Amino acid sequence: MQETYLVELKNITKRFPGVTANDKVNFNVRKGEIHVLLGENGSGKSTLMSILSGLYRPDEGEIIVRGIKMVFRSPRNAISAGIGMVHQHFKLIDSFSVAENVILGDDRTAPVLNIKDVENNLAQLSARYGLDINPSSMVWQLSVGEKQRVEIVKMLYRGSQVLILDEPTAVLTPQEADKLFRNLREMAGTGRGIVVITHKLNEVMEIADRVTVLRRGKAVATLERGQFNRTDLAWLMVGQDVVLQNKKKSPPGQRKVLELKGVGCLNDLGRNCLQDVSFTVHQGEIFGIAGVAGNGQRELAEVIAGLRRATEGSIIVNGTDITGFSPRRVIDHGVALVPEDRLGTGLIPNMGAVDNLVLKDYRRREMSRGPFLNRRKAYEKVKQLVNRFEIKLSSLDAPVKLMSGGNLQRLLLAREITSNPKLLIAVYPVRGLDIKATEAVHNLLLEQRERGMAILLISEDLEEIFKLSDRIGVLCGGRITGIIPSEMTDIEEIGLLMMGGTGEMVL
Amino acid sequence: MNQEILVAILATAVTAGTPILYAALGEILAERAGVLNLGVEGMMLAGAVSGFIFATKTSSPWTGLLIAMLAGGLLAAIHAFLTVTLKANQVVSGLALTMFGTGLSGYIGKSYVGMPLPVPFHKVSVPVLSDIPFIGPVLFNHDPMVYLSYILVPVLWFFIFRTRSGLHLRAVGENPAAADSMGINVFLTRYIYVIIGGMLAGMGGAYLSLHYVPSWMENITAGRGWIAVALVIFATWNPVNALWGSYFFGGIDALGFRLQTMNVTISPHFLKMLPYLFTVVVLVLVTKRNMLNRIGSPRALGLPYDREER
Repeated sequence: MQETYLVELKNITKRFPGVTANDKVNFNVRKGEIHVLLGENGSGKSTLMSILSGLYRPDEGEIIVRGIKMVFRSPRNAISAGIGMVHQHFKLIDSFSVAENVILGDDRTAPVLNIKDVENNLAQLSARYGLDINPSSMVWQLSVGEKQRVEIVKMLYRGSQVLILDEPTAVLTPQEADKLFRNLREMAGTGRGIVVITHKLNEVMEIADRVTVLRRGKAVATLERGQFNRTDLAWLMVGQDVVLQNKKKSPPGQRKVLELKGVGCLNDLGRNCLQDVSFTVHQGEIFGIAGVAGNGQRELAEVIAGLRRATEGSIIVNGTDITGFSPRRVIDHGVALVPEDRLGTGLIPNMGAVDNLVLKDYRRREMSRGPFLNRRKAYEKVKQLVNRFEIKLSSLDAPVKLMSGGNLQRLLLAREITSNPKLLIAVYPVRGLDIKATEAVHNLLLEQRERGMAILLISEDLEEIFKLSDRIGVLCGGRITGIIPSEMTDIEEIGLLMMGGTGEMVL
Repeated sequence: MNQEILVAILATAVTAGTPILYAALGEILAERAGVLNLGVEGMMLAGAVSGFIFATKTSSPWTGLLIAMLAGGLLAAIHAFLTVTLKANQVVSGLALTMFGTGLSGYIGKSYVGMPLPVPFHKVSVPVLSDIPFIGPVLFNHDPMVYLSYILVPVLWFFIFRTRSGLHLRAVGENPAAADSMGINVFLTRYIYVIIGGMLAGMGGAYLSLHYVPSWMENITAGRGWIAVALVIFATWNPVNALWGSYFFGGIDALGFRLQTMNVTISPHFLKMLPYLFTVVVLVLVTKRNMLNRIGSPRALGLPYDREER
C-alpha cells in the first residue's frame, strides 16, 4: 500500500569533508502527526532538516512533497513548497516589529507597506492557534517564548504545511514548553505535520506520535507511539548502555568558600542586570544556578571572576573580600572559570593545546626560565593532562579550534582543575556535547566535588542541575527567586521560580 | 545682525550643505544595507572631476552630473566586489577607495585645474515660492540640484521606512542571516545599495565642481566626505535628519566665511577648522544619546555575510 506523505525524504546522503552527516536516511511526515527526530548532537539531525528546509542540497536522494519530486535551491523554494523551519537560534530582526518580521521576503506584501492590515491578519492567525503575540510589539522587547511563537507564526503566515522545530524547548521554562506542546498539538490537529528535533527522551515520551532515531548519520529506527519506551530509545540513540545515574558519596562540607552579599551589576547595555544576589557555596558542594538563559547567568559568572564590576554588595572567597579585584588577583585567590563561550573566552582558537594550557601558568616559576617560557616543562605537563583527562588531540600544537566540543571542554576543564582552585565556576559546561562527553564532564565535576572543591554550576538544563547539584538557586530577572536543596524540590517548583514566582526560602 | 545678512548666511548654509547631504544620503543607503563605505571622499572627488570634465566637453552640466554618478557608482562597485563578494575588511577597502579616488582625480584633473566652468548650474528662482519673505530667498532661490535634493530626502525616507523594498534593505543591514532565511537575496541587495550610494556621493562631488566653486581643483572636497560619514551617525541613518545635519554643517561653513569678510580678528585657519571640530563634538554627544535611546547602527554594519558560517 502506498501512502502519500506531506513530505518524504528518500535515501538522503550528505557528505561534508571528512564526515558523512547523513547516510541513506529515509524520513517522512504524515498529515496531522507530531514526528520527533531523536539523536545526539552530531548525529545528523540538523543536517537532515537543513536539507528539508532548503539550506543544504543533498548529495544523493530525493525530496518528495505530496507525491511530487522537488529540488530546493534555497530556503525560498522550501517555504513556497509549504515547509517552514523554526531555527534553534531565532532568525528574527530585533529592531523590527513582529509584523515586519513576519512579512519579510513575502511576495504577497504590497510594494507600499500597510502594516495595519498585516497586524490584523496576524492577530487573527495567532488567535486561531492560541499563539498569543502582539503583532505591533518590537521583537527586542519579547521574551524567548514569545520570539519562538513569532517564528512559528511567521511560517504559518507563509502557509507552511510542515513545520520543523529545532530543539524548541532548549530555551523555555518547563511551563512554556508545556504550552508550546499544546500549541503544536493544536496545529497538528488542523492537518499540518510537525517535526520536532530533540535529544531529550522525556519530550519524545510526551509528544511523539512517531519517532525516528538517528545515530551517526543513519536512521536506525522509526517507531510508532506504543512501540517505544525510554530505555529502548536511549539504547538506540547511543548504541550502548548508558548509566543514567551518578552517585554523590560524601555530604558537602560546612566551610564557606564563596559568599555573595547583595551583589548587583550592570549588563553590557548599562542596565541593572543583577540585583541583590546573595548565596553561599560550601566546600565540597555543587551549587546549581537554574534559570532561563539571559536572566543574568553570564553576568553572575563574570562578576565573581572579576571580569565585570560589581556595582553593589560584596563577594567573599575563603574569607577574603575580592570585590573589585582584577581577574588575575581573583585567580590567585583560587577561583577558576569555565566560561559559556569555550572558544571565545575560554581558549584561544588559533593556538595549540600547549599554549592554551599554559595560559594561566606561564607566570609560575616551574613553567618559566627567567623571562622565557620553559617549553619542555609545558609539553611534559600537557602530555600528562592529555592522558589523565583523555583528551584526543591530532597534535599538541594544532589549533584548538579544530577539536570537537567534547575535547575542547575536557581541555578547558583540565586547565582549570589542575590550577587547584577552591572554587570552580562552570557555565553551561555540557552545552553542545553528546551523551558520552556529557557523562565525562559530569564525572569530572563530581570527582572535584568529592575532593572538596566548591562548584558553582550554571546551566539551563534542569536535568543536569538536578543530577549534580546539592542545592539549587534560581535566577530570574537578575534576582535569586529561591534557594532550595535539590532533594527537597522538583522540576515544577523550579520552573515556577524561573518565571519569577516566589518559593519557600530554605537556607 | 540684520535680516539681510541672516538670509545670506542661511542661503549659503543650504548650498554649502548640499554636497554633504548628497554624500550622506548615499552613505545612509549603503550602511542601511550593512556596508560601511569610508570611500565617500574618494567617490566625491571622482564625481567632481569627471563631472567637471564632461560638463566642459559637452557644455552641459546635466551630462556632467550623469557622468559623475557613473564614476561614483563605479568606484562603489569596486568596494562592493571587495567587501560583499570577497568579504574583505570594509574599513580597509573604504580607506583604500578614498586614497584611490584622491590620487586618480588629481591625475585626471591635472590639466583642468583653475579652469572656470563655462556652463555651471545656474540659480533658478522658483516662481511664487521664492517670493515668500525670508523663506523664499533662503530655500527657493537656488540651482536645480538643491531642488532635486529637496525631493530626494522625503522620497528616500518613504522608501526606507514605508515600502517593502525598504524593509528588505533594513533587514539585510540588521540581520542578513534572517533576511536570507526568508528568501531575500543579501548579496544582490548589498551590491545595489552600495552602488546607488556611490552614485549619490558622485553627485555630491559634482555639486562642488559644477555649482559651488564652480571649477576644479585638487582635493576640492576638503574632507566633506568624512563629514558626511560622521553625519550619517548623527542622523541616526535617517534621511530627514541628514538634511538638518547637512545644513547645520553648511551653516558653520558659511558663518566662518562671513566672519572673515566682516573683519573679525579670528584666524581664518581656525574658522576653516570649525566644521571638523563640530563633527568631533557632535559625534561624542550623539553617540551618547544614541546609546541611551537604543538607537544603534544597523546591527550587521561592517560585517561580511557568509551563509555557511555559523
